[in-house]
Amino acid sequence: MSSYEVNGLVAEHDEEGYLKDIHQWNPELAGLIAQSENINMTPDHWEVVNFLRDYYEEYQIAPAVRILVKEMTKKFGKEKGDQKALYALFPYGPAKQACKIAGLPKPTGCV
Amino acid sequence: MAPTKFNGKDHVHGDPIEIPPLACGAMADSKPFVASPAMQKPLGFPGELVDNWQEKAINRLGELVNGSRALRVYLDSCVKCGACTDKCHYFMGTGDPKNMPVARQDLLRSVYRRYFTLGGKIAPKLVGARDLTRDVLDEWYSYFHQCSQCRRCSVFCPYGIDTAEVSMAARDIMDTIGLGQKYSNEIIGKVFNVGNNLGLPQKALRATLESLEEEIEEDTGVPVKLPLDVKGADILLVTPSADFFASPHMEGLIGYAKVLHEAGVSWTLSSYASEAANFGMFVGSHENMKKVAERIRIAAEELGVKRLVFGECGHAWRVAYSFLNTLVGPLDFLDQNYPIPQHICEFTNDLIENGKLRFDKSKNDEFRLTFHDSCNVARASRMGDKPGGQFEIPRAILRATCNHFFDMAPETIHEKTLCCGGGGGLLTDELMDVRLKGAQPRMRALQEVAEEHGVTHMAAICAICKAQFSKVLPQFGFDMESIVSVHQMVSNAILMTGSRQAEEYDAAHAAPVS
Repeated sequence: MSSYEVNGLVAEHDEEGYLKDIHQWNPELAGLIAQSENINMTPDHWEVVNFLRDYYEEYQIAPAVRILVKEMTKKFGKEKGDQKALYALFPYGPAKQACKIAGLPKPTGCV
Repeated sequence: MAPTKFNGKDHVHGDPIEIPPLACGAMADSKPFVASPAMQKPLGFPGELVDNWQEKAINRLGELVNGSRALRVYLDSCVKCGACTDKCHYFMGTGDPKNMPVARQDLLRSVYRRYFTLGGKIAPKLVGARDLTRDVLDEWYSYFHQCSQCRRCSVFCPYGIDTAEVSMAARDIMDTIGLGQKYSNEIIGKVFNVGNNLGLPQKALRATLESLEEEIEEDTGVPVKLPLDVKGADILLVTPSADFFASPHMEGLIGYAKVLHEAGVSWTLSSYASEAANFGMFVGSHENMKKVAERIRIAAEELGVKRLVFGECGHAWRVAYSFLNTLVGPLDFLDQNYPIPQHICEFTNDLIENGKLRFDKSKNDEFRLTFHDSCNVARASRMGDKPGGQFEIPRAILRATCNHFFDMAPETIHEKTLCCGGGGGLLTDELMDVRLKGAQPRMRALQEVAEEHGVTHMAAICAICKAQFSKVLPQFGFDMESIVSVHQMVSNAILMTGSRQAEEYDAAHAAPVS
């Protein structure tokens, strides 16, 4: 099993790069995970990641894509908040890729 | 996403069912992640490959062929006529001859012959019998996870040999010796723990449904409800949990809610049975399939419902339509005057036929549609009371709600439909290469109608198809959002009583005052 290493912290991840222990997450680690996904974190990326983490804390799961879109539309306005804009930020899907960077488990099933 | 050199845009033009040049061994390295002990054990499987795996695997194969006459006939009766060889979308997309259905069956058949037939015991080489070695097991793990159990090949087999059953048996044997597939087995565990594939807890489900209620009311002015765990409701709607999470699945769920509201029926979802899918079928495990299905019967009994309606999910409808009664029946506590179970498409189409729903089809004018028949609905079930209802009913709904509908080439639809490339437990990121290649035939058929008729969107009634297409469409040069739910089209066009849409429509179409 491989791991991420940042500022002395060693965080194990699974075959797909999702953290084994979600409590190890911190913003520096998020930056490193993003890098391994070829994503350069901008403030817009952080808005999504922070929303996912808040939602997860309350509901123990990432939000539905439609709910995420609705929330980001509120924050960014219509043009930057639609599904396509989210895919532009996270090309492999706002749910899966953004969850990985946010340190959350991968959504499973027919998604 | 797993690395792939396959560029769909280079392959999207051409005959959808073209026979590819052979590429021996091209896909030998394609295999899914192995399930961890923590994922195996709740399903009753050993945590990892057991020491005496060879002996155990042969025993299990013996149990399976003794327990299923069908499986034994499938393994005994192939005459190598070759009719199936070019019918598998994974063969068409990869050119790997081990993806010819007959070759896939032979992976198991050769071992069956060695240990269970006289010829194979005495003179294995003469009858194509093989010892079960580690190499053979590795081949099983790779190529039985390049079969989506779509059963297209079996349509063309003169003996009716069902490769899906063969691949289910092989996966059952692998699970029995501790070699499970991560994607499917982790998901089955989540159903047992939380109630659905997604791992969506009740609190999150409730919040999601409330958010949708708000949205629908804002959009239409009608207080459409998405009730959860309501005792005494008439109908239990069981739908794939992807409908609570992904797009375009959720747009379909909104459509079901609007139809059920307009029908004036009392209905509910269940947090205990918040999953229609049943991955027990994909891994070929009767015990797990039964345990997953039992949740639906328990929820229906506890909520005291009279009817069972299923949302848009391909293999769920196969399990529901073909196996539910055998697995967890008799469902004699339900109202016998209605189909048990009923598909949401049957429900909606009945209302349409009886003139109970009104539509403004022009609301879907931006969609020039085609329909992708999902394999498990097309080849393993039916809808309505006429043969072929599973083909006609979804199309009837699309024609009632959209002005522009065009079918794809006849050899790629109805019972000859092509798999989306992600079914049967293959919808996992590490298999993206085979998923892309397997989608090629369907993408070519779509490209044809896009060029001939200007088709812009493809509708489907399966959560896996929807998720798979939204990932692979862009790789072939299509828009990610060109896959839609059938009930998304219903949702766009429906004129609910008292809705803003109905008022606007009636005002625009009122007879001029003379």
